[in-house]
Amino acid sequence: MRMLTFSRRNVKEILRDPLTVFFGLGFPLVLLLLLSAIQANIPVPLFEIEHLTPGITVFGLSFMTLFSATLIARDRSSSLLQRLYTTPLTAADFILGYTLPILPLAVMQCVICYLAALLWGLEISVNLLYPVIGILPVSLLYIALGLLCGSVLTDKQVGGVCGALLTNLSAWVSGIWFDLNLVGGAFKKIAYALPFVHAVDMERSLLAGNLEAALPHLVWVLGYAALTLTAAILLFLRQMKRQ
Amino acid sequence: MDAIRIENLTKAYKDVTAVDQLSLTVKKGELFSLLGVNGAGKTTLIKILCCLTQPTGGDAYLCGKSICKESASVKSLIAVSPQETAVARGLSVKENLELICGVHGFSKEKQKAKMQELTRLLSLDAVIGKKAGKLSGGWQRRLSIAMALISEPEILFLDEPTLGLDVIARSDLWELIRALKGKITIVLTTHYMEEAEALSDRIAIMKEGRLLLCGTAEEIKQKAETSNFEQAFVRIVKGEIR
Repeated sequence: MRMLTFSRRNVKEILRDPLTVFFGLGFPLVLLLLLSAIQANIPVPLFEIEHLTPGITVFGLSFMTLFSATLIARDRSSSLLQRLYTTPLTAADFILGYTLPILPLAVMQCVICYLAALLWGLEISVNLLYPVIGILPVSLLYIALGLLCGSVLTDKQVGGVCGALLTNLSAWVSGIWFDLNLVGGAFKKIAYALPFVHAVDMERSLLAGNLEAALPHLVWVLGYAALTLTAAILLFLRQMKRQ
Repeated sequence: MDAIRIENLTKAYKDVTAVDQLSLTVKKGELFSLLGVNGAGKTTLIKILCCLTQPTGGDAYLCGKSICKESASVKSLIAVSPQETAVARGLSVKENLELICGVHGFSKEKQKAKMQELTRLLSLDAVIGKKAGKLSGGWQRRLSIAMALISEPEILFLDEPTLGLDVIARSDLWELIRALKGKITIVLTTHYMEEAEALSDRIAIMKEGRLLLCGTAEEIKQKAETSNFEQAFVRIVKGEIR
């Protein structure tokens, strides 16, 4: 109950920021429509709607990282967390309270992208359900990154690290905007050692209904999500103790 | 009965001792002020008493509960209004109060009653629907204190409550703090001498983590052989009075 009260507050804080709504829901849609328009004029296989949409839904999650990290960092700098640490809320309440409310937002972002993609020519099929479900572990990874950054960075640093660095990293090494085979070599190896391209490949396989092909990528995503979440929890607890 | 009993409390970091072998008591219902220049250890002391920071030595007992061994019990007895206005900026005043009621697990009836009481006490009606982030500094402080009071604490810690406020807002807050005197134990840290003198039952003067002197404003002035409290403070901190 206490955790839910805290979660509700976090949802309100996030949704009441107009920039959040624009970047969280509007920006992925703009990208989807813009790239689809390019595709309509100059056909590129990578930008075909069934290829592009899963990538956009994963890229959109980097904004969820930004939102959760900003919220936590702001709460730390405004001393709101200090006040709440003197209440009966436990460490688990804080961690769940910051993590859980972002999950429905992430799913909503994904669903909106697919609804827009349907209008743009994506075929209606039962396969659409798989990437929406598959977005959950990917969201967990991005939310954990937010918890991690929010626990160690100031609200100003969060803008630079999550807003610029992570969104760029998530874009460049995910294979959304260009085929990683075009670069190949060490770049491709590094990209495949990171979780972003696996998340995109998994979502693409799920949309194609190829669950078997999605499985190895899911293992990568879950592994990174578990590692990041563990690190995030430890760092959050450390800053809690440092109060 | 003592609301707070501090015994040889110490907080040492690698290169500095923020609180050094500090012992003192605060009586129930007392308004007790901590005075000191920057780095005196006031905020660290409050953080230790609020269980936000672990001491490296000694212990303190709040209404008989040890901060080291019974921190959960201590947390149910206290509330803090931190130095920065610790409010949820995107939430309205009403929602901020509801948040604190919720994290303390109040029933709907109790929440309603407490919110009405606090809104009346702090005259928050005029801003109840406004976003906390849009309020002036004075109103944010008021809200911050309301959020601290809503949990019915036995002991209220006010860390620099009037810092950065204009004369009117400060005067309003003084009035509010006076209204609370005697009802709950209040520990106040401040840089303003006149504030400590006007509001406090007793005052402790700290320097470099140590307690230099503790007494009423009159006792402190007598000890420093001056009728001016600020002058008395300066003499004591500079070591002119032993």
